Amino acid sequence: MNDNKNNKHETSLDKVAGNGLLSRRHLLGLSLAGAGAAVAGNVLGAEAPALSMPAWSRSPGRGPSEYGNPSTFAAGIKRLAPPPNATLPGGGASRTPLHLLQGIITPNSLHFERHHAGVPDIDPAQHRLVINGLVRQPLMFSYEDLLAYPMESRILFLECSGNSGGAAGPTAADTSAGGLHGLLSCAEWTGVRLSTLLDEAGVLPEASWVSSTGADGASLGRSIPLNKALRDVFIALYQNGEPIRPEQGYPMRLFVPGWEGNVSVKWLTQIKLTDMAANFKDETSRYTELLPDGKALQFTFPMGTKSVITSPSGQMTLRRQGIHEITGLAWSGRGAIRRVEVSADGGRSWADAHLEPNQLELALARFRLPWLWEGGPAVLQSRATDSAGNVQPTRDVFLNTYSPANRYHFNGIQSWAVSAQGEVKNVYA
Amino acid sequence: MSTPDLKSLVLAGTIGAVLSVSSLVLAADAPVRLGTPVTEAQLSEIDLIVMPDGKGLPAGSGTAAQGQAVYDQQCAACHGALGEGTQGVPALAGGTLTGTPILMTAGSYWPHASTLYDYIRRAMPPTAPKSLSNTEVYQVVAYVLHLSGIVERDFVLDASNLPQVQMPNRDGFIDRSQEQ
Repeated sequence: MNDNKNNKHETSLDKVAGNGLLSRRHLLGLSLAGAGAAVAGNVLGAEAPALSMPAWSRSPGRGPSEYGNPSTFAAGIKRLAPPPNATLPGGGASRTPLHLLQGIITPNSLHFERHHAGVPDIDPAQHRLVINGLVRQPLMFSYEDLLAYPMESRILFLECSGNSGGAAGPTAADTSAGGLHGLLSCAEWTGVRLSTLLDEAGVLPEASWVSSTGADGASLGRSIPLNKALRDVFIALYQNGEPIRPEQGYPMRLFVPGWEGNVSVKWLTQIKLTDMAANFKDETSRYTELLPDGKALQFTFPMGTKSVITSPSGQMTLRRQGIHEITGLAWSGRGAIRRVEVSADGGRSWADAHLEPNQLELALARFRLPWLWEGGPAVLQSRATDSAGNVQPTRDVFLNTYSPANRYHFNGIQSWAVSAQGEVKNVYA
Repeated sequence: MSTPDLKSLVLAGTIGAVLSVSSLVLAADAPVRLGTPVTEAQLSEIDLIVMPDGKGLPAGSGTAAQGQAVYDQQCAACHGALGEGTQGVPALAGGTLTGTPILMTAGSYWPHASTLYDYIRRAMPPTAPKSLSNTEVYQVVAYVLHLSGIVERDFVLDASNLPQVQMPNRDGFIDRSQEQ
């Protein structure tokens, strides 16, 4: 699988796959001595003007603040949001700028949004959560009540079922990694296990589904099977340590680990135990996957095994030849990420990217691999494998499974083409 | 929503405080239980869930003929006079799930009539959700079904016959809920 035939000059660079992919050990800066032109940009002899003491080192800075903001020089790092829809201003989505971030945690201000009737402004003192239906005793909880229950924290990804739907379209859009795949975020969520509250209400034996609704204008509803609800679902109250943001369901949301984002109902106000799925609009009309024969898959809950290179990625430009770090994110709704392979030649050869050990279940994984770019064209791809052995499919394999009208659960391999000028573009390859 | 019982909330808060203190001192394993009992009757205004078997449908009835007036006033501007949809707003009637172009509508795609009642009552019209009366919702549901030829113009839709409405795509879905 390794192709070392093109190894013309940098004999000390350990090439692991075609078109310049280098061994993970180069991530540590090892064995670069004698690499010559590959690292010329950093070697001695470059002319640089003398450094002067900057103005901010000659005066005291501003004092502490109550709630911090990013540097004004980093103000360009924003969610990617289209102009509001004139018909339904509260609808729509904003995307996380994945290509501008590092690590795996999404800052709360940059967590993606998808709303169906806008963000309600909820006073937690007046908000109520009720549990009813097939229970021994219907119950009502205040926000204060929930704060007094035992809590747990988990780092978990959240992905909209419609994320990357644009990648299923007929032509490759000129867009960024965040623009295409940014209905994806990852945070530390803290809250109360749903099973704790269900135990208090007393689930009746005939119950098999849990319907949840939100307190937004659409009273959005979704159903999940009771077995999942009892396994690991919780009511999230905190996001990265602070109360969850209004866009994420303040004061409380359902959190259903690993499953399509829409089931993690925001502004949660009702949990109803039922003996069948409610078949809400968002689990029939939407968030179902049409097949080529006109049948449709319903209740496809776990998000697929998936990865995307976030740098270099669409609309970026490589400004020098030499070693670049290829990095990106991988995740699976069915376990932890075990392996990410990277290709620089459109999938002809692959090399294992570096992953930190002990990857978390149902969280994002950050992968990295050094790459020597010598000015030639390249097509960068990544392919994830999860702990259950699921392997991310190619775009063609994904598309052939579904009707051309389907835009949900896309998890095909993403291709970024690098031109001889260093321009990176979304392509179908 | 029903008004919270302030006294029981205060009481619940006190119990919570006592429990957390005693668990520190005694490592008591008594679970926190702060839910306030309510009756289903108290939840009738906020529980809008309508199930495919008709559970949750309110009293009332309506025909497509009656629904046309409501539809023309409340729905047509966005969904089109005959449910054909407008830019960015889904079509409601007609359509096919194979061939070209594929058009998934309430008429061609949705498996249960209950979903129309549930969704229209909780979420439509988007500028004033929950402003239609239960009777108006029956009327509009009947009209939307009629636009796809699923019920006659004078069919009286009510809680007992709505679950029996034969949606064209009722057998079109493959349940994957246990593939977790």
